[in-house]
Amino acid sequence: MTDSKYFTTTKKGEIFELKAELNSDKKEKKKEAVKKVIASMTVGKDVSALFPDVVNCMQTDNLELKKLVYLYLMNYAKSQPDMAIMAVNTFVKDCEDPNPLIRALAVRTMGCIRVDKITEYLCEPLRKCLKDEDPYVRKTAAVCVAKLHDINAQLVEDQGFLDTLKDLISDSNPMVVANAVAALSEIAESHPNSNLLDLNPQTINKLLTALNECTEWGQIFILDCLANYTPRDDRESQSICERVTPRLSHANSAVVLSAVKVLMKFMEMLPKDLDYYGTLLKKLAPPLVTLLSAEPELQYVALRNINLIVQKRPEILKHEMKVFFVKYNDPIYVKLEKLDIMIRLASQANIAQVLAELKEYATEVDVDFVRKAVRAIGRCAIKVEQSAERCVSTLLDLIQTKVNYVVQEAIVVIKDIFRKYPNKYESVIATLCENLDSLDEPEARAAMIWIVGEYAERIDNADELLESFLEGFHDESTQVQLQLLTAIVKLFLKKPTETQELVQQVLSLATQDSDNPDLRDRGYIYWRLLSTDPVAAKEVVLAEKPLISEETDLIEPTLLDELICHIGTLASVYHKPPSAFVEGSRGVQHKRLPARAGSGESAESPEVGQSGTSEAPPAVIPSQGDLLGDLLNLDLAPATTTVPSVQPSMQMGAMDLLGGGLDSLLGGDIGGSPSMGAALGAPAAMPAALSNAPAVGGGLGDLFDLGGGVGMPTGFYVAPKTLFLPAMKAKGLEISGTFARRGGIIQMDLSLTNKAMSVMTDFAIQFNRNSFGLAPAGPLQVLTPLTPNQTIDVSLPLGTTGPVMKMEPLNNLQVAVKNNIDVFYFSCQYPLSLLFVEDGKMERQVFLATWKDIPNDNEAQFQIKDVHLNSDAASNKLQGSNIFTIAKRTVDAQDMLYQSIKLTNGIWVLAEMRVQTGNPNYTVNRNKESCQ
Amino acid sequence: MIGGLFIYNHKGEVLISRVYRDDIGRNAVDAFRVNVIHARQQVRSPVTNIARTSFFHVKRSNIWLAAVTKQNVNAAMVFEFLYKMCDVMTAYFGKISEENIKNNFVLIYELLDEILDFGYPQNSETGALKTFITQQGIKSQTKEEQSQITSQVTGQIGWRREGIKYRRNELFLDVLESVNLLMSPQGQVLSAHVSGRVVMKSYLSGMPECKFGMNDKIVIDKQGKGGTTDDTGKSGKQSIAIDDCTFHQCVRLSKFDSERSISFIPPDGEYELMRYRTTKDIILPFRVIPLVREVGRTKLEVKVVIKSNFKPSLLAQKIEVRIPTPLNTSGVQVICMKGKAKYKASENAIVWKIKRMAGMKESQISAEIELLPTNDKKKWARPPISMNFEVPFAPSGLKVRYLKVFEPKLNYSDHDVIKWVRYIGRSGIYETRC
Repeated sequence: MTDSKYFTTTKKGEIFELKAELNSDKKEKKKEAVKKVIASMTVGKDVSALFPDVVNCMQTDNLELKKLVYLYLMNYAKSQPDMAIMAVNTFVKDCEDPNPLIRALAVRTMGCIRVDKITEYLCEPLRKCLKDEDPYVRKTAAVCVAKLHDINAQLVEDQGFLDTLKDLISDSNPMVVANAVAALSEIAESHPNSNLLDLNPQTINKLLTALNECTEWGQIFILDCLANYTPRDDRESQSICERVTPRLSHANSAVVLSAVKVLMKFMEMLPKDLDYYGTLLKKLAPPLVTLLSAEPELQYVALRNINLIVQKRPEILKHEMKVFFVKYNDPIYVKLEKLDIMIRLASQANIAQVLAELKEYATEVDVDFVRKAVRAIGRCAIKVEQSAERCVSTLLDLIQTKVNYVVQEAIVVIKDIFRKYPNKYESVIATLCENLDSLDEPEARAAMIWIVGEYAERIDNADELLESFLEGFHDESTQVQLQLLTAIVKLFLKKPTETQELVQQVLSLATQDSDNPDLRDRGYIYWRLLSTDPVAAKEVVLAEKPLISEETDLIEPTLLDELICHIGTLASVYHKPPSAFVEGSRGVQHKRLPARAGSGESAESPEVGQSGTSEAPPAVIPSQGDLLGDLLNLDLAPATTTVPSVQPSMQMGAMDLLGGGLDSLLGGDIGGSPSMGAALGAPAAMPAALSNAPAVGGGLGDLFDLGGGVGMPTGFYVAPKTLFLPAMKAKGLEISGTFARRGGIIQMDLSLTNKAMSVMTDFAIQFNRNSFGLAPAGPLQVLTPLTPNQTIDVSLPLGTTGPVMKMEPLNNLQVAVKNNIDVFYFSCQYPLSLLFVEDGKMERQVFLATWKDIPNDNEAQFQIKDVHLNSDAASNKLQGSNIFTIAKRTVDAQDMLYQSIKLTNGIWVLAEMRVQTGNPNYTVNRNKESCQ
Repeated sequence: MIGGLFIYNHKGEVLISRVYRDDIGRNAVDAFRVNVIHARQQVRSPVTNIARTSFFHVKRSNIWLAAVTKQNVNAAMVFEFLYKMCDVMTAYFGKISEENIKNNFVLIYELLDEILDFGYPQNSETGALKTFITQQGIKSQTKEEQSQITSQVTGQIGWRREGIKYRRNELFLDVLESVNLLMSPQGQVLSAHVSGRVVMKSYLSGMPECKFGMNDKIVIDKQGKGGTTDDTGKSGKQSIAIDDCTFHQCVRLSKFDSERSISFIPPDGEYELMRYRTTKDIILPFRVIPLVREVGRTKLEVKVVIKSNFKPSLLAQKIEVRIPTPLNTSGVQVICMKGKAKYKASENAIVWKIKRMAGMKESQISAEIELLPTNDKKKWARPPISMNFEVPFAPSGLKVRYLKVFEPKLNYSDHDVIKWVRYIGRSGIYETRC
């Protein structure tokens, strides 16, 4: 009985030999030959040439040989579709065989052969098999419907197999039911909107009955299917939960996890004051803990899921900290996951134990694990205030070990601790400073620099320390450079007398020698702040920082809810929605937790308008400890980082701006040199500006006045209100409105008129997803009830951080307004100029470079007619709408205006406007560019 | 669902490859080999995503089993299936090794065809499978036999066939516990739990209905309240609190949930009836008291005392204490009162073995460890001292109270069945930090 010999034939001419053997008269020899063929197939050799000969062996009574031939067929039928037809007759015949095992084998194999002609022949036998008297054949046929659907969905629908499959849910045999459920669930997944799995209380009851009787795998199929059901009320939900809980004692971990999924989901519907709710919570903990005694791979799956469960319902496992302690022999993937959960469960009650454990872990061998352990100590300090002191001393102990990566990690977390508990643990700074030289990772260096800058007044040699970093400024990573810049400015504001030189040095390094726009921007901002108003600078730079929040690394709540619906599956292992890793239509449906019944959050009284703000996720600090957060919070809005700022050279080269500068714009040669030269003069003026702000301030301060003395810009253009929603369509509510941009805030001005007979109250508003992510930034402020014939004017501030979806036309906005009567929908169009931001003035050189870079395809040209303005007035007027003129030149009595616009989502639009004196028509060439 | 299943040897050569879904191509076989088996670093996760294809793997000795999918499958189910697959193969041909797999590749394909259909696991109970998948090829069966097979494979009692007959009805119950401990150097219990299994070997005729009873605190308290003759105070002491238990699929879970009674029709032969876990009132059979002293930079003094903590009439066996030594150890001198101790350089540990030890005894080992001077800055991690042993009682305190057998159709009754019960407590991860 040694089959291994089949693997060893590798000589040439083997195919030929096999062919002869396959056609041999002797049964044994034939069988031997087929085995050899299968062995070659396994190792990846192409034996498709033997197709006809192997198929010839199909007609046999020997079941073992038949299975081998079928295996071969499944592999090669697709590459030899014409010859595969030869097998059809045998299949059809086998489907009629008196032996149910053979009938099932035939229908099972036929479904795996993906050849159109064969699937046609499959329909009749399949229909018979679905109604076969033997349950073994029926359960095989049920899966076969799913196979056929995968090959040809239309065929399955046309032949009515779906109905037969639905009938099988009522089959007397539990395994048939389970397979039918599995097949239907899979088919339903590819038709998200079909009501294929028509789950109603009757079918649910059938499933729950089958659940007690079928195999462990069948139980998983049924539980996974149940999880997709939404009970009608909390009673039904409770009764399903009661019937599912016994599964928590199953030996199969997958059954347990699927049961946990059903319970976690249906629990959402139970009122929290219900006794049963508490009982259920208690019942969930032991099985979850038991999962940790499974094999390591399953432990890993369980831990990833527990991580989600702990975030959703921390109360379940709050007393089970000890089981998550890391064992010396755990595989690394189990260790890292356990550590994560330990931090989530850490509380005042157990913190002493947790810390003792973490300290042990910090001396282990695996670098990743040790780092995570050190970081965990910091997170404990932030989470449990009482433990902070002990955490800090533990961290100091670890720093004493001088193990390089431990020290660096410790410094990074200590920085976070400082943020959380300002002015408390500064005594440790001295110890930290001793380790300055050993820091070689950007994150640790940045953290250390932040600490030095933040506490500059207490560190005597802060200037020396920072200066030492400055030497290699250009070799540092951006993170460190930015931090160094901020730290030195802080130092200067705290000790202005000794550090002027240092601050000049860093400002010039940041603004002139750096290619990084973030760094340059920040440099200029500081520079100007310092030069115009040092007091303001102090207020801004040394402002009180918001405390960082306690919980870190939390999964965003909506994603968490979706993942809870996927407990046990790959999505819960990856912590990503299925759409992130599954191709095609499968699994793209987003699952949601059901809403709690009977509580105030039910569908009856939601404030549509508030949903945007009230459900704001808890503030989460990035786990990597983003140091930049403290800088005026400017870096928190990602879009601003890409805004090129206006160089001081603008002012210096103001003379050039209309003349020589423009030539360079035309000539293509970036005329950087004259203006750069002027810019270099700026640092020299700096100290003077600082010591003597009012006098020199005028010069540098003007930089801010981007209008450049052309005069006050006129305001933003606001269109008159138009009718959005006629009273006819909205049961008496009439809405008209317009959009405006005031002081950088987009506002939607609405007039609500009650033309009905009754009073209207409870107004709320919500937007559909739109092209620029416009969303209400606050609730609709209609405080008093709207009496009949009353009109009320409201201004709704809008944000641009809502969900984005491309609309047609681009500026279309779909709005839902709700009042006590009903919900009404209308759509309106907003002027694009609404989205032009105030900092849309592009630096000239950048403008020039960008203009050249934009391909011609992106260019559009159109004319504006009947404008009786000269170019300056036009430019002035446009600036009111945040369309900035970068340059102007005059050619042949035509004024050419070069303008830039920036949209809220970071897209730049560049325009060239040609104004012919005396001709009221303007020609505009528009170029568009995306920033990203 | 599972799109394909591959088995590789340690070199990454494919021994078995079975593809169930069209979205899995031959290149998936190579992707796993290149990215996981041949990967330079140690595997950091049992689930790997390569080019939108997910690979689940388990390793048995040097054989890799990998399941592949492109969908959002039930991950727990895939691993459970892979373990089950290993069990089935072991039941058919013994140890999972390259040789055995090559020798039985036809059988494995046949099994894979049966227990996984379109990636959906089907009945995988070896008892049922062995009735119609054999290595000898199927003898022509009668019609009754065929329908018996199919009804068993799909039936409610898939794990047992009808018509089993024994001349002697006999059953063996093994209560196997592994006691796990993590203790601080100061002797404080950081965590301790017992994970136990009740393994049953049944040789019973017909379709017997069984009922299993143990000293579960919940059951005994309930009976006590019921006002039966049991002395509640006494039984309360003897009962144990079970944190959680899981059962073989033959046990009626809904009955356990409502009445906490364990009733079932057992599979034939050996199987695991239940698993349980306890954390309260555990009898820790041994206590380890370590003392490590660093004498200068090149010498360590280690003294370890072990104390046995159970009835003096009982004997613990196969005792082994493993004391880790630093990597730069150059020489070790050991003195022990009992048993044999040896320094094993390849394992970086002193291994102290004692064949037998009675309860309430104490033994001691002391060692001097010479170290080579190093300039390695990193401190020695001091792995915990671990211990192995076997004791003839259940450290959790679990007692089997009864196992009743009813077979109404055949003429044997509960007391005709010969029953054997045995308790074995073994060390799980039994560690003391030093």
